Amino acid sequence: MQLEANYGYIALLLIVAIIFAASLIIIPFILSRLGIIPRKPDPVKTSTYECGMETVGKSWVQFNFRYYFYALLFVLFDIETVFLYPWAVHFKQLKLFGLVEMFIFIFVLAIGFVYAWRKGALEWK
Amino acid sequence: MGTGSELAFWLLAVLIVGSALAVVVLRDVFRAALFLVLCFFAVAGIYIILSADFLAAVQVLIYVGAIAVLIIFAIMLTREAQRGSPSNRLQIPVLIVGLLLLAVIVAVVVDTSWPAADVPPPAPTTGDIAEKLFDKNEGFVLPFEIASVLLLAAMIGAIVLVRERKEE
Repeated sequence: MQLEANYGYIALLLIVAIIFAASLIIIPFILSRLGIIPRKPDPVKTSTYECGMETVGKSWVQFNFRYYFYALLFVLFDIETVFLYPWAVHFKQLKLFGLVEMFIFIFVLAIGFVYAWRKGALEWK
Repeated sequence: MGTGSELAFWLLAVLIVGSALAVVVLRDVFRAALFLVLCFFAVAGIYIILSADFLAAVQVLIYVGAIAVLIIFAIMLTREAQRGSPSNRLQIPVLIVGLLLLAVIVAVVVDTSWPAADVPPPAPTTGDIAEKLFDKNEGFVLPFEIASVLLLAAMIGAIVLVRERKEE
């Protein structure tokens, strides 16, 4: 089937990506075990980041609950994308009617965006 | 079904069952959440084998994208997150409930006589779904526009509920 063949390429890409990422970890490990790669550790080499800022504190912090608002909005706009996706695929056949339809849809959602803006919900205090 | 998709099915099946088991059995809740994301992603692969490509895209968008973000945020918002990843203390009850649910679903699947359509499924499905949803004559135009009002209500609800009140 055509569809399965097309997605077969995606599966192939995924497999190659996984093998590539895994081999980047495994090959140096094997080479260093075999003694091919010299092992001369020094403090700079073994640090987590060779350049950039050292992390301060621990990474397990309680997130500010305000992030949750953005997560909720993200879910809503994600659902909007679910409608946009088939519309975009079929855009040419839907002609002007489809365009007007989607503009009304986005306009209604834009009201919510304007409401959030006016209420200052997008401001970080 | 070709050999390729059969192979893909078994690979995905192992991945789904394995990651779903990891979600229940792992002590580390954060890792369990990540395995749940892997499980969702593998289910999207199953949808593709069933030639439901639109469903697969929606699965990746909503579950792998949005629901995963919500779950991980929910974990990181708990007070316990300060002391490392919260641990799952309900492994055995959850495993029992999960197995019971599996038993119910398997019983229903075995018990139902599944009618098979004579026509092959349309592939790719996305264009046909768009036709059904947005078409001027036979589409669901009004329900589609009402869905935007529903989303608007959800958005305003989120703003009202989550926003800090200035007076307090």
